Amino acid sequence: MTATSDREQMAYVTAQAADARVNVELDTGDMTLNIGPQHPATHGTLRIAARLDGEQVIAAEPIMGYMHRGYEKLCEVRTYPQCTTLINRIDWLGSFANEVPFILAAERLMEVEAPPRAQWIRTILFELSRIANLSLFLGDMGVQIGALTPVFFAFRDRERVLNQIEEVTGGRFHPNFDRIGGLKDDIPKGWVDETRSVMVKMRTFCDEMEDLLVGNEIFQARCRGVGVIPADMALGHGLSGANLRASGIDWDLRRDANPGLAWDQIDWRVWTHPDGDSFARYWVRLQETREATRMVDQLLDGIPSGPIMAKVPRIIKVPAGEAYISTENPLGEMGYYVVSKGDLGPFRVKIRTPSFNNISVVPWVMKGVYVPDVITILGSLYFILGDIDR
Amino acid sequence: MGDQPTPEETLPPDEERENLLTELSESLGEILIDSYLRPHEDLWLRVRVDNWHDAVRTAKDAGFAYFGFLSAIDWNIAPEGRYENTEFDAGLIEEDEEPVKLDASTGYAGGDTRFQLLMQLHSLDRQLGVILKADLGEDMTVDTIRDLFPGADWHERETHEMFGIVFQGHPTLQPLYLPTEFEGHPLRKDFPLLARQVKPWPGVVDIEEIPERLEAQLEAEVMAAFEAEGGQA
Repeated sequence: MTATSDREQMAYVTAQAADARVNVELDTGDMTLNIGPQHPATHGTLRIAARLDGEQVIAAEPIMGYMHRGYEKLCEVRTYPQCTTLINRIDWLGSFANEVPFILAAERLMEVEAPPRAQWIRTILFELSRIANLSLFLGDMGVQIGALTPVFFAFRDRERVLNQIEEVTGGRFHPNFDRIGGLKDDIPKGWVDETRSVMVKMRTFCDEMEDLLVGNEIFQARCRGVGVIPADMALGHGLSGANLRASGIDWDLRRDANPGLAWDQIDWRVWTHPDGDSFARYWVRLQETREATRMVDQLLDGIPSGPIMAKVPRIIKVPAGEAYISTENPLGEMGYYVVSKGDLGPFRVKIRTPSFNNISVVPWVMKGVYVPDVITILGSLYFILGDIDR
Repeated sequence: MGDQPTPEETLPPDEERENLLTELSESLGEILIDSYLRPHEDLWLRVRVDNWHDAVRTAKDAGFAYFGFLSAIDWNIAPEGRYENTEFDAGLIEEDEEPVKLDASTGYAGGDTRFQLLMQLHSLDRQLGVILKADLGEDMTVDTIRDLFPGADWHERETHEMFGIVFQGHPTLQPLYLPTEFEGHPLRKDFPLLARQVKPWPGVVDIEEIPERLEAQLEAEVMAAFEAEGGQA
């Protein structure tokens, strides 16, 4: 608790001092700076209205809704299989991972379980989405501090992973591949070996990022000690994923609340960092990407044989009930609270997206930072606008 | 699947959640109205709306420090619902087809009113989640829990604009997503979805039942292909 109160005290003192300076010495008003809606750091259209005193941010308020599409309402007038088309477009960089918790929630209500082979391929595609999603972050973080090279590397190497996803699902970004009771199709011939070689390349990519950014003096100076989020603030805001683990909290839904996918059958570890600053968030995501490539390697070795689809009726009617399933998506905890009334479609879907909670910490963490740090903090919190606005 | 025992028979009783339920019902006392436990899945608690803040504090003190989400459910079966929506939809229903009867219950742990608050918290020590519910009265007001969970700030704003629920004590209850001049509460069941009013959703007719003889034939073909591959794809 001390970290919170210390920080609040600091922010209060800074604000008071700033007010005093403005009022007494300079007699100038505050300035309002709009960061966004179009800014590379916003991954979409997020506007941050920042009130500045000189170079220092006194208050920052994110303004969203530029891309609100009302998915929760739209899901109510669709059937269960049709919902996945929408759900794909929430976090558009890791689309397949979005489908999984919704399908699992529907499966739980129907008391259907996908066959082991389907669960394994789901896990592989889930981790491939994670690699595709996080590799873009790893390069994009460089852009936020003015290093352009990493992002070109990231786009180049992400394409390899997207090609693998496309080869199985037919879609680079919006696979719409997961079905209630299993998967749409099996993996094609020769795919396993190709994926293995891609994973080797992705590990090289992670090494390159480590060389280019993590060891870089400028990167360290810009990110270390910037945007520190202590553990209790992270929990209270519901931060999840790498943002939470970078604050020293060892929690990963893949390990702690596995809803039936193959994560418990392979050997891997959860990475945490005690610092809670922008650097820690970058470092944790870098380790996670590398860990994910190792996980894919292990998963590829052990794909069980068998069918990829359980027996489900052709017209899917989900029995009445409620289920909440969340999984560890690339951005954090993504969950669906599905209320069914025994109809073809859900009665109510509450979509709990990671970025919404992750960004709700912005007004607190931005208090008292300098303008250039706003961008690095935003970049390191890593959000996708579709994931905030839904 | 027929001769296999159902999961309820094979799985051991969910002691962790049962203990948690006992503990929470003791500490909540009269605040707790009803509870529902699905073994190895989740725990639902319905609490008095007047004591919403106390209930959340009790849960937080019991170790539920991680804020999942806060939202609401409108249990009204929509006048603009799927089967009585527009004239287009009426044409989709065959004459001899029986109208779909929706389950009239109001979810796990029950509910007496149209609107119900919904909240999920997680405990990292126990590795368990809990879902809190509260029935909202006619006045649609409830105390804010912003002081307990700072993350609830935006969730309350969203619930306010989507359902019209007022969170007392929330300083900035302005719209989060919607434009300031927007009228109505979109996630209420009686809020018409304009896209559905002007155009029927074509997806509904896509789901056609395959005749039984064709289904058996299809399955035989799939199985033959599967076995031709040597049982492995």
